[in-house]
Amino acid sequence: MSKAPLVWKLYIAAFYIFLFAPLLVVAIFAFNASAFPSPPWKGGTLEWFIGSGAVFGKPGVLMDPIWLTSIGNSLKVAVPVAVLAVLLGTINAWVLERAEFRGKTIVAMMMLWPLVIPGVILGISILAFFSRVANGLEELLQTDLDPLRPGLPLVVLGQLSFILTIATLIIAARLRKFDRSLEEAALDLGASRSRVLRTVTLPFLRPALVGAGLVALLMSFENFNTTLMLVGSDPPLPITMYGQMREGATPAINAVSLLLMLGVGGIASLFALTSKAQS
Amino acid sequence: MRAAMAPSSDLDLLSVTKKFGSHSAVDDVSFSVTQGDFFSILGPSGCGKTTLMRMIAGFEHPTSGDIRIRGKSMVGVPANRRPVNMVFQSLALFPMMNVGENVAYGLTCRGVGKAEAEQRANRMLERVGLKGFAERRVTALSGGQRQRVAIARCLVLEPTLVLLDEPLGALDLKLREHMKIELKQLQSTFNTTFVYITHDQSEALVMSDRIAVMNQGRFEQVGSPRELYHHPATPFVASFVGETNRWTGEGTGGTRIRLASGGEVQGVELSHAKSVVCFVRPEAIALSSSEESLSSLPNRFAGRVSAVLFDGANSSLLVEAPGFEQPLRAVLPQAGPLAGIEVGAPVHIGWTADAMRVFAA
Amino acid sequence: MMPARKLALFLLLAPAVLWLGLLILLPHVEILILSFSERVGPRVYAFGLGNYLEFFTEPLYWRTFARTAVMSILVTALTLVLAFPIALYIARVAQGRLKAMLLLLCLLPFWVSELVRTLGWMMLLRETGLISYLLQRVGLASQPVEMLYNDGAVILGLVYGGLLFMIVPLANALESLEPSVVEAGYDLGGSRWTVLRRIVIPHATPGIVAGSIIVFMLTVGNFATPVLLGGKNGLWFTEQIYAQFITRFNWPQGAAFGMLLLVLSSVIVWLGLRLSGQSLGTTLRQA
Repeated sequence: MSKAPLVWKLYIAAFYIFLFAPLLVVAIFAFNASAFPSPPWKGGTLEWFIGSGAVFGKPGVLMDPIWLTSIGNSLKVAVPVAVLAVLLGTINAWVLERAEFRGKTIVAMMMLWPLVIPGVILGISILAFFSRVANGLEELLQTDLDPLRPGLPLVVLGQLSFILTIATLIIAARLRKFDRSLEEAALDLGASRSRVLRTVTLPFLRPALVGAGLVALLMSFENFNTTLMLVGSDPPLPITMYGQMREGATPAINAVSLLLMLGVGGIASLFALTSKAQS
Repeated sequence: MRAAMAPSSDLDLLSVTKKFGSHSAVDDVSFSVTQGDFFSILGPSGCGKTTLMRMIAGFEHPTSGDIRIRGKSMVGVPANRRPVNMVFQSLALFPMMNVGENVAYGLTCRGVGKAEAEQRANRMLERVGLKGFAERRVTALSGGQRQRVAIARCLVLEPTLVLLDEPLGALDLKLREHMKIELKQLQSTFNTTFVYITHDQSEALVMSDRIAVMNQGRFEQVGSPRELYHHPATPFVASFVGETNRWTGEGTGGTRIRLASGGEVQGVELSHAKSVVCFVRPEAIALSSSEESLSSLPNRFAGRVSAVLFDGANSSLLVEAPGFEQPLRAVLPQAGPLAGIEVGAPVHIGWTADAMRVFAA
Repeated sequence: MMPARKLALFLLLAPAVLWLGLLILLPHVEILILSFSERVGPRVYAFGLGNYLEFFTEPLYWRTFARTAVMSILVTALTLVLAFPIALYIARVAQGRLKAMLLLLCLLPFWVSELVRTLGWMMLLRETGLISYLLQRVGLASQPVEMLYNDGAVILGLVYGGLLFMIVPLANALESLEPSVVEAGYDLGGSRWTVLRRIVIPHATPGIVAGSIIVFMLTVGNFATPVLLGGKNGLWFTEQIYAQFITRFNWPQGAAFGMLLLVLSSVIVWLGLRLSGQSLGTTLRQA
């Protein structure tokens, strides 16, 4: 189609440059042999990935305990969030697609709700509510209830509050496409209910379960707004990045960003593959 | 006692009723199917035949009445414990398994070892003409092959009864004609009792040993295809099974009937009813170019050809005749002298008194 | 039979009830209550409208609020205008592999963390950044140019972050337009512009509304972009909420701000739906 006017095509080209320019800059300067993440270009180095700090005074990402613990904290949040999102999302999808009860439309509407609430507000409301619960319970039980105070467990709950909606929607969409007569056929051939679930229904849902898990992992790893309100003394990766960006950082932050981009790229292409298998 | 009078029937339904709210989907239906029969339930969509079949399979539970298989009551027995297997309308082949795994599925559910199940599945595939297909994906099969996998998946379990829920509906016309014959042959080689539901009268007539015609939750008539065709018990059966001409009229007290459109026709039975419906099959109507050759027939009319419906051996004519509101349909033998008749040509038609079925309406 | 069914339904519903109850509903009730409580002494609170009064009497607060609202609307409009030609190209001009490719390239940057994208813009725009450096090298500037920490940078970052959420619903809506309808438009004597205005844009309305609502909500609720790209001049309302909650530990005030932000985004979304005659259900489905 060469009918489109030249101006339009130029605009498209400019748009894609605009889209990728910031990412390219971040990636390229991860290899700059300079103590600052800015031009001029002083030659290539891997110091910001694996350096011990001997050259520029600050260590590279994979040698720096600050970055490593942040990544660890992010994993401590992301893995439970993904597991819970898939588990509970499957049950929710079942409620949406299979159960029949009064007030179902209300429940279905409410499940969409978290998507239209700003993340900051999700964060503060959960913070305030759980503090009240903790205060009440601690008085009652005379013990400390640290998991209800800002910290990683609360971050898990905060992220789950909206990631669960997304997981539910992904799994419900797949369940909707399921032909119920497959389950009846399996029953008819003598399978027990649990066997039907294990051999027919869950294998059918598997691409969506994997997809929902990957999306949940990714969203959790990158969430900033809700996490910021609920974080305690163990900052996950985005919080550490935010702190470093405010204070001015070494090119180690570029290195960590590049690693993040590669990880995201990997997960995104896995997700694309599973959703291709779905259709 | 019971052992001595072992039932010869594989399936008995005793006054089975199924209500959804106040609506009776199946209303007091009783019948028996003898061992090895190909039994069809024929009816328009919404007549309750699917509900009936789902009750036999165990997916619905009768509101009242009893379902017995080989004399054993199935009430309260869940679907996965019944000696009944079903071929679904959508076939419901498991897309996450290959052909062999589909056929072996029921065997492994029964606890048959993997190796033996595989072997038996392969043998079954061979018997239905799918040797070497075990490793194929079910999505890579043609319509007819999928059909055979669905049937093999049931037959490998050696069920007392195989239920088939309009499995030919999704196939194109040519393949459907072919599968009718194949299904009938499969049934007779395995000598398994088949209960087949369909809304297509030609499927039922071609394949069945016996047919039940179902309408609005009730059985109108149960009989052989010939009985249903030649001796329909109700107006519904007469019009639903096979092509027919249909008129309404009123009885005269004698054997004559005055049609609403003005004509008069001659039946056999005396009819006093104020309003009646009469049916005559197209092949029972004789055609001739001269009136004399039909002189022995009590019903004789002169008319004009209004359309020629050429369809090879199934060709017929529509004839307009005074006293009839609609044109009459008559079979046009392609070997006869009138084979070349054109629209507008005058023609004489006639039929015997006993060719006409008359019911009080 | 019946009790077993009830139990099964109960067990199925339990996660949803716990989730929506404990993580959404009750927390929102909590900040609603909190927003109406005033500190009358150390650790003593009473019901009152003080937090809301404080908002209206302190110019910094309501100015930040108004600024956030106006700039979010501006960003949404800008995003729409910039995204429309792209969506139109992807949906109606590009074919086959090129189309899939363009859409994928559009999606890719948005899988990457918001912070990484913001870092990119900081590295481009700041005094010691790439653009400033290049300007000096080619001689267009004699000293470092600071392009960060102003409204332009904030708007740029927010528009960048919103583009994908505009392009996808727009492209979906434009995709469903029958080519023959467009051809009929030309055939009946319409110019390029009339066809666009009378046929293409009305057809894309559901997509435009969906995209605009999502972009608006993301923008209004954004935190990192205005703070990092705007610095002291960022002045975003979410920052005020953060400051009250975390820095000043004045939770009732922060809760009142949170409620105000929630009301703002709901009202604007509702107005948008009313003005365009769309419903929330169909809009969410579009997205």
